[in-house]
Amino acid sequence: MKSYLLPEFKIDREEERCIRCRVCERQCAFETQRYDGELERMFSDAEKCVGCQRCVIFCPANALSVSSNQFAYRLNYGWTRERISDLKKQAETGGIILAGCGNDKPYRIYFDHIVLNASQVTNPSIDPLREPMELRTFLGQKLDSLALELEPGSEFKDVEIKMELPPTVMIETPIVFSAMSYGAISYQAFKSLAIAASGYGTLFNTGEGGLPKDLRAKYWKNAIVQCASGRFGVDAEYFNCSTAVEIKIGQGAKPGIGGHLPAEKVSYSIAETRMIPEGSDAISPAPQHDIYSIEDLSTLIYALKEVTNYEKLVSVKIAAVHNSAAIASGMVRAGADIIALDGLRGGTGAAPKIVRDNVGIPIELAIASVDQRLREEGIRNRSSIIAAGGIRCSADVIKAIALGADAVYIGTAALVAMGCTLCQKCYTGRCSWGICTQDPYLAKRINPDIAARRLMNLLRGWSLEMKEMLGGMGINAIESLRGNRDHLRGVGLQEWELDVLGVKGAGE
Amino acid sequence: MVKRESGLRKRRVSYEHEISACSIFGAMNTSGERFTGEGVIRAIANMHVRSNGLGGGFAIYGLYPEYKEYYALHIMVEGRNEESKKETDAFLNTNFDVVYDEEIPHAEQKQYSASIENPPLVWRYFAAPDKKGGDKIFSDDDYVVQKVMEINTKIKDAYVFSSGKNMGVFKGVGYPEDIAEYYLLDQLYKGYIWTAHGRFPTNTQGWWGGAHPFSMLDWTVVHNGEISSYGTNRRYLEMYGYHCTLQTDSEVMTYAVDLLMRRQQLPVSVVAKILAPPVWKSIEEKKDEKEKKLLRTLRMVYAPLLMNGPFTVIIAHHGVMIGLTDRIRLRPLTAGVKGEMLYLSSEEAAIRLASPQELDKVWTPDGGEPIIGQIE
Repeated sequence: MKSYLLPEFKIDREEERCIRCRVCERQCAFETQRYDGELERMFSDAEKCVGCQRCVIFCPANALSVSSNQFAYRLNYGWTRERISDLKKQAETGGIILAGCGNDKPYRIYFDHIVLNASQVTNPSIDPLREPMELRTFLGQKLDSLALELEPGSEFKDVEIKMELPPTVMIETPIVFSAMSYGAISYQAFKSLAIAASGYGTLFNTGEGGLPKDLRAKYWKNAIVQCASGRFGVDAEYFNCSTAVEIKIGQGAKPGIGGHLPAEKVSYSIAETRMIPEGSDAISPAPQHDIYSIEDLSTLIYALKEVTNYEKLVSVKIAAVHNSAAIASGMVRAGADIIALDGLRGGTGAAPKIVRDNVGIPIELAIASVDQRLREEGIRNRSSIIAAGGIRCSADVIKAIALGADAVYIGTAALVAMGCTLCQKCYTGRCSWGICTQDPYLAKRINPDIAARRLMNLLRGWSLEMKEMLGGMGINAIESLRGNRDHLRGVGLQEWELDVLGVKGAGE
Repeated sequence: MVKRESGLRKRRVSYEHEISACSIFGAMNTSGERFTGEGVIRAIANMHVRSNGLGGGFAIYGLYPEYKEYYALHIMVEGRNEESKKETDAFLNTNFDVVYDEEIPHAEQKQYSASIENPPLVWRYFAAPDKKGGDKIFSDDDYVVQKVMEINTKIKDAYVFSSGKNMGVFKGVGYPEDIAEYYLLDQLYKGYIWTAHGRFPTNTQGWWGGAHPFSMLDWTVVHNGEISSYGTNRRYLEMYGYHCTLQTDSEVMTYAVDLLMRRQQLPVSVVAKILAPPVWKSIEEKKDEKEKKLLRTLRMVYAPLLMNGPFTVIIAHHGVMIGLTDRIRLRPLTAGVKGEMLYLSSEEAAIRLASPQELDKVWTPDGGEPIIGQIE
């Protein structure tokens, strides 16, 4: 069938600069660039281009540029270029349109409508270069009070703690790498996250694809291992090679939807890690088939606590949806040590585009309503909240924490640090940047040591920025910002939005 | 979750959070001997420029030995509203056995400073709880706290200054030395702990209830500072049933102290480490593993009660007076000792003025290091 789709990108090559080195041809996983030996010229097939900019970056002669193809259907606010293209795609394939990364639609990004406070006159701002500024964070249940024993007349250091303390996990910055499974991303990218988390003193999340055996000894202390609906790679040893176990109920990019790792990606090593036959489809059902209600969740939480001897935290991750606050309250009562909330803009390796773009609620509103509900019920101390989905910069982290989160998950931001340009073609498995692929030729483009350095630089840069913002507010420990909405003001928001966020309008 | 009741959305909390700076002073006789307020008043007057005439007050312990078994309720009636006074009397007579009550003596007009305008009626009641029916399950203290909250929130124009035993709070809008003169403090009273406060709020609200000290049962707090963690602290305390209605940092501090010291029975040295914990670096440097674990655990469990931002506070209770600054000491505190007397002050000069003799010792405590005076 003749395709009626127009190319999305336009490739410009300055012929006099091009040295015919064929780097672009080798770098492009989509076979966009091609060398004609007879004409001794490079040619580009623009319709194959995904706009990932790999060739542009690697062209040694700076001869290439890739830009959005400014083709124009007649301007129409309803029938946009994207809608028309999607219709043509479906007419040609009869299938569900897939997409990678997160929701890219212009839903309101509340972070961009919230501003932070700073100290002036009545309260000194604090200079993080000269004063301690603390980002250390503890995840897990916090007791309501401590039972202590102190002999009369003895000193502070003789005080005895007279109770058993629940397990907690310490992280040096309230930023954790979000769940990205081995299978969805390459071994190299997966390992990069593990190295960076361990190097910086934070955590990475294995996603549902298991934890490769060779990474266990070195990185288990920094691993959150996932138990999702497919139950891939799950056994007692796996659960115990962790600092926390996460039950994945849902994902912000595709609430209510399962997953599918196609057979061709299931290599020997992935098959071994996931404990499935090589070359078979890895299908994650939409629900966990042993969790049809809240009491079932509690059963699984305690089964996981049993298998890990009550030494590991159990996290439950849900997509942020309409009733998140009530659901989260149930999760806390069911025994979850961490509530992970994944918002509307959370990323994915593959999701039906229609779901990615239309299901779920923005993370900012979910954090605010969940935190408020748990406080009203007096159970906020029992769980930590990790917020995910659309955390783009350190200011988003600060705002998420001030709204009530304990820490954030970053997925997309970490991938971008490793090279991702959000071309959204993750589902093709042809990532030219070596991140979202199982092709050894492409995957080796990620050098885990170098990529880990990029990731650690990102964590460092954000942490430094957060310290500056905290100091400006006259706060020298992140815990004094947690849920501290006094330091936030809304700009350009309606009354109901301010009510849900629990923040005042600017100038109020 | 935003609750909708009968179609109404629950509005976000839109409170005003007041900012103020201050002078604070405390004096304690650690043998429990009572003394007059002359030195204290002179000391707080010496720090006149640290306040701006919009609030001054005193807390005195050992005040009413003749009624020491009874709760001494100092209650203000704004605008000398007769209806409120009657309502308050009726409320107290229903819920307490009032053994004695009178207007708190004050100077006659023209004999006190002109800076004191429209003083409210301030009455004191000595009373024992008269618990009925379901209220019998409450301890006396919890019962009194509830009744105080009821008066504050339900009786128009009535507000409880203090509700402890053998102690009392005297406060108002004016410079602290003028307030002392108004209540005749130097002439009428003796106590073994005196704390004092001069206030410099950045708004012009003049309300007698908003002056310091803040009090809850026998606890009093005088406070100089602005707590940048206010939102975190307030929302944590709300989970334990404390509702901050006065919109001041000092109220949060008072409730935190009540929660930790009265309800959870934590010792002073531990509470100091909760409100102003050491930084992580110095915790990790501790050699003693047990102490390290204790400090870590306190920071972890009580993280929402870390008082961030600049503050100095003097907390008092029967038999104890505590001075504490924030952990990086952004507001001043000086301590002095002369024999049995312990002094705490924003400024050293005030201590030297209050003490009739040369001091044995004067020092500036480290940030977050509590100075604890206890009856020996």
